Parts: sequence; structure tokens; C-alpha cells
Amino acid sequence: MTKATAKAPWVVHVNCNSCNGCDIEFLACLTPMYDAERFGVLHIGTPKHADIMVVTGSVNNRNARVLRNLYEQMPSPKVVVAMGVCPATGGIFADGYNVIGGAEKVVPVDVFVPGCPPRPEAMLDGILEGAKILAGKRQNSVTVKPVRRIKIVRPAAPAADPAAAAAAPAPVKEEAK
Amino acid sequence: MSTIVPFGPQHPVLPEPIQLCLELEDERVVSVIPVVGYVHRGLEKIAEKKDFIQDTYLIERICGICSFMHSMSYCMGIEELMSIPVPPRALYLRVIWAELHRIHSHLLALGLLADAFGFENLFMQYWKSRERIMDAMECTTGGRVMLSSCCIGGVRRDIDENQKKFVLDQLKEVEKEVTSLNRTMMEDYSVKQRTVGIGVLSKEAAYAQGAVGPTARGSGLVMDHRMSGYAAYRELAIEPVVETAGDCYARTMVRCREVMQSIDLIRRAFAQLPDSELKTPFKGNPSGEAVIRCEQPRGEVLYYFRGNGTDKLERLRVRTPTFANIPAMLTMVQNCQLPDVGVIIISVDPCVSCTER
Amino acid sequence: MMTINDVITLENQQERISALLPQGYRFVTMTAVDSTTHFDIYYHFDRDYELYTLQLKLDRDAALPSISGLCFAALLVENEIQDLFGITVTGLVLDYHQHLLLTKDAPVKPFCRVPGVSVSTVETAKGGEQ
Repeated sequence: MTKATAKAPWVVHVNCNSCNGCDIEFLACLTPMYDAERFGVLHIGTPKHADIMVVTGSVNNRNARVLRNLYEQMPSPKVVVAMGVCPATGGIFADGYNVIGGAEKVVPVDVFVPGCPPRPEAMLDGILEGAKILAGKRQNSVTVKPVRRIKIVRPAAPAADPAAAAAAPAPVKEEAK
Repeated sequence: MSTIVPFGPQHPVLPEPIQLCLELEDERVVSVIPVVGYVHRGLEKIAEKKDFIQDTYLIERICGICSFMHSMSYCMGIEELMSIPVPPRALYLRVIWAELHRIHSHLLALGLLADAFGFENLFMQYWKSRERIMDAMECTTGGRVMLSSCCIGGVRRDIDENQKKFVLDQLKEVEKEVTSLNRTMMEDYSVKQRTVGIGVLSKEAAYAQGAVGPTARGSGLVMDHRMSGYAAYRELAIEPVVETAGDCYARTMVRCREVMQSIDLIRRAFAQLPDSELKTPFKGNPSGEAVIRCEQPRGEVLYYFRGNGTDKLERLRVRTPTFANIPAMLTMVQNCQLPDVGVIIISVDPCVSCTER
Repeated sequence: MMTINDVITLENQQERISALLPQGYRFVTMTAVDSTTHFDIYYHFDRDYELYTLQLKLDRDAALPSISGLCFAALLVENEIQDLFGITVTGLVLDYHQHLLLTKDAPVKPFCRVPGVSVSTVETAKGGEQ
């Protein structure tokens, strides 16, 4: 069972306060070009079936409750993967009056995938890292104490395209402030 | 005896959180109340805190799907406030990137619609073609989603001959693939069963409720803001794509045909691409008021600017296309069957993060 | 640049707007701006790609009569203005009572400025978090 879960993590996608950039990139992960399903990753609509929750976007006053609720509906053991800089720190929107901050303010996050938005390859790495943590949690689930490891997945190197390599987008720097 | 059913915010058919409280009589929708605010970030206020050059990149993040068009509209507004002339090559490059964005957005919407009525294969195929456009954008700007290539006074980078060849090759492939996919979307019996005659919006209702974009054009309104000739659209003759039925099928047809129109536009823009500088240097701060309107994949966007001579804008307001389409969407959903609600909503192609900013 | 085609007042607001709609004008949107001494409310209409803008100067403590009865499309934007500026909009077809975008625990009237000072009244206390 442990082995099976790590090889076929079911993923529920929660859009909190995202600008859509990470959402469409996450959906692109599931489509033929990146094909997350070759790793057994299945995207499903309901949190009650899910092992991994993918959070995009920062948390605001209205969706904090929704996020918490969805997290609680997931069966244990469960893993939360935060996609992009917004669920990590609030990203470019951190100054907003309605933004509480990253997803960690509401739910425990296991894997952070930085980027605005992260490349689909980095997102896949993040989900697979989450699957490993999930397998570990399942092994330890006999003991009451949950094991939490926080690991930051660096985005994969850009494709060997000179135009892509030359583009160090300025906005990313601004967000880091 | 009616029942109230909440639709969303987390729903398999919705990629983004929006809630519709549906009042049902058996399976028929009697009335509907939208609940928004799940994606409200207060972006207009953040824009007042950052300076107007940083705002270019903030505004891009209103929405990841039409990010380039947002930054383009913003830059056009600031250019108008500060009377900055934009070099002709930059205007054409803007059109090229904007149309690439339109293609990717429409393919995304068509794919999501296919997913909404359970045709997963078609969803995957549309998104596979869309990846070619993403590659074209990455090749020319370095970013897949956030291009950041538009700046005040022009554009940041050029498209060279190799990149041009790559983009045109990709477009050729996309044209071939999408032509055959569109045939399925237009002619397949089971697709038509889910879309024809569903969610009808009459021409009069569309106009009165302020619908824009493919939603309005699907109802027979000839309304495409590219006709007003901003950027280089003045020199590229454009014929708005209009369907008259006003149902989900008509809106889908508009998108299918607009993909082809955009491919054609990019080819013509490349053929006419003039040689010039890429951007005009500028000095000073914006002051005064300006209103800018552009045509995005989902319809017309309105930007209001008020500058006070400092480096921070006093007010920036964005009225996005989905915000204008919500009243029309409520009309469409009324009197339909509950299982059709998802298809109707996706046929409008709502962008919630645009709506709430 | 923006052209303000006409200035209207609270008294003739309803009749001016109801006269515009039969002439083929489409409601585009409304914009509210806090000009510290008063609120500027702009009504944007469109006909044949031409924007027609009406300006209404609203006192800080005055209520704004809704036009959502004349034009259903104004419903959302009027609720938004009520949320963000704290302007009371009367006669709304559907009133969210300042909770369209903001929840009960969110800051109130985030777009309002204090009269005479051009800084926001709401500052988020998020310093030193990173």
C-alpha cells in the first residue's frame, strides 16, 4: 500500500489567490507534453480522494477558511505542495490589504516550488518530492507523531534554448524584496 | 418548493474559485446569485504603493492567461499620459505577442470546455497544440506565461530571423492540428448535444447587460475593440468574427474561428514588420487622467489612470472582460438544467482572477 | 487623455442615465476615485467604440443612488464601490452589504484616503515577515 501510494499520488488542486499563471502551468503538467500521468499522478476534483494538495496563490481573508476546510477533508496521511512564490510568502501581492500571506499561515506545507510561475518540469519535481514525503508519512503513520520534512525544490535548469537562457525576467527580482 | 445549491468554490469543472448559489426547482435553475471575492488581492491598491515602472510587472500578474495584454494596455495608458511615441516595430511586436496570447487563451478555453462536457481526449489534444504556442512565446521572450517583454515606450526585446522562423513553423503545425480539432468541436454529434441551444443569450440582452468579447460576438454583436486600431491593428485589416445563435455552440465557434484569424494576423504582422528602434526613452512622471480600452481574449478591458506628477499613480482601475460578462452569465444560467451549468460557465470562459484582481 | 462629456449631479443622475440608454449607449463600467475632498464617480458608456463619460462629484458623507434598476450590468461594480470606498449605494437590486469582495475580518474601506492627506488609511502590518 505504501509503495502504491507513492507511485500513484492523487492530486487535488486548490486555487487560493492565484493569478492563473501557476494554475494553467499546473494543468499543462497533466497534458501530453509533460504528462504527469506517467508518474501515476491523477488530478481529481474532490479532496476526499486526494493524497497531495497543490496550492497556488497566497491566502486571503475569504479563502483561508476554504483552504483549511479542504485540507481537513483530505484523508491522512496527506502532503501539501505549494506552487509558486505566492503560497510561499505572498509573492508580489504580499503588500495587499486583503492578503494574509503564504499558505503556511493556514495549512502545513511540505514542499515549496519557487518561481513565478515555476516551469512545469519544476512542478513535476515538486509533486514527486511530495509523493516521497507521502510514502514516508504512511510508513510512520502507525506512530502517532507525524513526520514533517520541508524541502525546497529548485526549478530545473531552463531548456537549452539561448533565448530562454538569456531571459532573466526582472519582475522576479522585484518580488524577492 | 425550491432548493439552494452552492456551485463552487471548489468544483471539478471550475479551474478557479467562484461560487454560484443556484436556486433549483427539481433540476431547473430558477435564479442564481454569484459569490465572488475568493481571489481578491487588492491589486489596484498595491499598484498605488509601487512606482509606475514596477507596476508594469505587477499589472501583468492580474491574470496569467492574458498577461501580455494587461501589460500592453497599462503601457499604452502611461504612454498616453506622458505623450511617449512608440516606435512602429514595437507596435507590431506587441501585436504579435498579443495574438500569440489570444491563441493560447482560446485553445485553453476550448480545452477546458471539452473537459467540462467530459471529452477528455479533446481537452488533451487542444492543450497539446497549445504547448506549441507556449514554446513560441518562450523562444521569443524567455517566459512561458509572464512574458515581461512589454515596457513603457515600447518593447524590451526583438524577434530575430531564427525566432521568426520558429514561430511561423509552430503556427503552421498549430494551424494543421487545430483545423482537425475544430472539426470535431464543430461537427461532432455528442459535442453538439451538449452545446447547441444551451445557455442562449439574445443580442438585445447581450447589449443591455454589457457583454463583451466572444460572449457578445457569439450573440451577433459586431464588437471587437481591435477595430478601433490601437497598436498596429490599424494597419492590419480586421474583420470581427461574429456568430448569431447566442448559445454555447456559437461562443465556441467564435473562439475556434478567432484562433485561425489570429494565426493569419501574426503572419501578416511578420510580413509587414518594419525596421525601427524598439523603445523610446522617457523622463518624468505621469499626470492627468486617461482611459484605455483594449481587446483581450475574453473581451474589452478598460483601464482608468490618474497620475499626480509623482512616481506613484493616484488611482488605477481595471475593468476586466469577465467582470462585464458576469451579468450576462447569470442570464444564461437561468432556466437551464443543473448539469448544463458547468458547460455554460466555461463557455463564457470566465477568468476569476481578472474579475476580482 | 480622458474626455469628460458631461457633469451630472445627484438630482439629475437617474434621468440623464435613463435618457442615454435608449440612444444606443452600452454601459461599460463605473470608476470611483477618492479625490480626498470628495469622491469622483465616473460612468463610462460606449457607442461605436466611442467612450462617453459622465462625471458625478459626490460629497464624502453622501449616499449614491444606484442605477442597477436602469441597467442591471451596474450591479457588480456598484457593490464593489460600496465595498472598497465605503460609499453607501441605495436602491441596489442585489445588495451584498459591503461584503462582495471583502469578508468581515478584512480591512474596511481600503481605498479611502483621509481628507487632505494623500496616504491610505489602511496600512497592512506585514513588515519584517520575510
